[in-house]
Amino acid sequence: MTTAVAPEADATPVRATRRPDAAPSRPGRARGPRERLLSRTAAMIVMCVFTLYTLIPLWWLFVASSKSREQLLTTNGLWFADFDLFGNIGRMLSYGDGIFGKWMLNSILYAGVGGLLATILSGMCGYALAKYRFPGRETLFNIVLGGVLVPATALALPLFLIFSKVNLTDTYWSVLLPSIVSPFGVYLGRIFAAASVPDELLEAARLDGSGELRTFFTVSIRLMMPALVTVFLFQFVAIWNNFFLPLIMLRTQSLFPVTFGLYSWNTQINQLPELRSFVLSGALLSVVPLIVTFLLLQRFWRNGLGSGSLK
Amino acid sequence: MTTTPLALRGRTARPEPTRRRRAGAPRHLRAILAFVLPFTILFALFYALPVGYAIWESLLVVKRDGTFGQAHEVFGWFSQYALVFQNGPFWLSVGRVLLFGVVQVPVMLALALVFALLLDSPLVRGKRFFRLAYFAPYAVPGVVAAIMWGFLFSPNLSPFTDLTRNVNFLGSDLVLWSIANVVTWVYVGYNMLIIYSALLAIPQEVYEAARLDGAGQFRIAWSVKIPLVRPALLLTAVFSIIGTLQLLAEPQVFASFSSAVTSTYTPNLTVYATSSLPNYNLAAAFSVVLALATFVLSFTFLRVTQRKEAQ
Repeated sequence: MTTAVAPEADATPVRATRRPDAAPSRPGRARGPRERLLSRTAAMIVMCVFTLYTLIPLWWLFVASSKSREQLLTTNGLWFADFDLFGNIGRMLSYGDGIFGKWMLNSILYAGVGGLLATILSGMCGYALAKYRFPGRETLFNIVLGGVLVPATALALPLFLIFSKVNLTDTYWSVLLPSIVSPFGVYLGRIFAAASVPDELLEAARLDGSGELRTFFTVSIRLMMPALVTVFLFQFVAIWNNFFLPLIMLRTQSLFPVTFGLYSWNTQINQLPELRSFVLSGALLSVVPLIVTFLLLQRFWRNGLGSGSLK
Repeated sequence: MTTTPLALRGRTARPEPTRRRRAGAPRHLRAILAFVLPFTILFALFYALPVGYAIWESLLVVKRDGTFGQAHEVFGWFSQYALVFQNGPFWLSVGRVLLFGVVQVPVMLALALVFALLLDSPLVRGKRFFRLAYFAPYAVPGVVAAIMWGFLFSPNLSPFTDLTRNVNFLGSDLVLWSIANVVTWVYVGYNMLIIYSALLAIPQEVYEAARLDGAGQFRIAWSVKIPLVRPALLLTAVFSIIGTLQLLAEPQVFASFSSAVTSTYTPNLTVYATSSLPNYNLAAAFSVVLALATFVLSFTFLRVTQRKEAQ
């Protein structure tokens, strides 16, 4: 243990593995029944009121996407008029030679491919930092940690200048390549590899004649899966939501990710009022892939999310 | 050995690597390089290089031969930084996001903490539902969230026109707080989940001791839970501070709803506006100052809070 960072990485597994024991039944304290009923009711009211705050905007978006342009202005915003969600979506999808579908595909490409590559690369690097000793290991880790604190938006402008030197601005590469780097993923990968891949297992694999890379891709990667899914989710969301990089890099409409495309429609509403309902149904559609991803991978991120904070 | 918890195994295995260490090149050098190099090369290209390039660009000035002569860049030391410090709109925008952060970050984190504690208490039923309902806005990209709230705040389209016709949420007085509302809406559930995961990791025995001492729910929350989730709170605070200084997508979208949002409303908008002039050297200097400020602010925050903790 050469630096101050390593002990922190060691401290995590102890707490992380304790969680499963902590999860089961948590008996409430025996107290007066009236007092309990009162505080329980108060707590539930607070929770429900805030649920309205988080969900009403989403509900409104759904309702508004099902209305015609006139009904948007004249009918109650929180309830349906003539339900024409699919008609609206159909018109939106066919507008401008189906540009919206192209944007969705672009976003899936940027976030899916970028997130996947970022996860594998940072998982490999974090694993090596945790499981091997080599000169410059701590230096590398500290530089990467510094990278976590460098705001991504500060990189957008210099990246643009560099990409323009090699004539790569306004291409897929200009948004995809910078998205493959995730310093935070290396940090999480190291912590999780230290916690979940026992050294004995690696020694056993070596005795069986398995190469180091093969051991990683067949055994270690499975043990690190919860962390890797978390890294993938964070990176997927970060790329999907990224705004500055496309804003500064892209000029050609057909390369836009969906968020940037919707933004460009939204800026034209005053000139082209028909875009208003397209923006709404497009916004609704653009949220769906993320919600689906989150629901499918819920089991993983619920456990993984806390791990980053248990420093 | 098989029954020992993973963490313990990791612990006992720690001293072993000394056995492995030999003079000369580390074992598995080729495997280590294969793990580390892909990430490191991309990190160097798309993180380290842009940082260096931004610093380099910020030290150059554009000189012209005569009024209409050829423009070329010459080394100008810190003359761009002198311009940065004289730039009124930039510092106005820095002040604006600082004001934003001082109000929005504590409010959001207090809400996140309260809901995490409520979710962790025996008072609330339907935890699964609330967890999802609060987290759902995080799946909405910042651009889309801003578009949605832009409509919700508008005097004509909002479902709450009684309110939005009387209070001008998009006017120069309130628009900053309308943006704060968008950011809070998106991130409160995300921060709540981070704190909640940290709460779940607290071992039950800690509460048993507190209960034996006769502490009630509120007392346990205040004196046991909150101190123990401090690391999670610090992490969310640092990320929120970084996020605040980087504010870009939300105000950029609000600019199309509200004339009060100018092209220099936040520091990053200033960077973008300057780079589209184009004045890359000054924009690079803005970027560097902003990144440094972010770095210093989050670092100071961590230092101050950790010193407090040590006392």
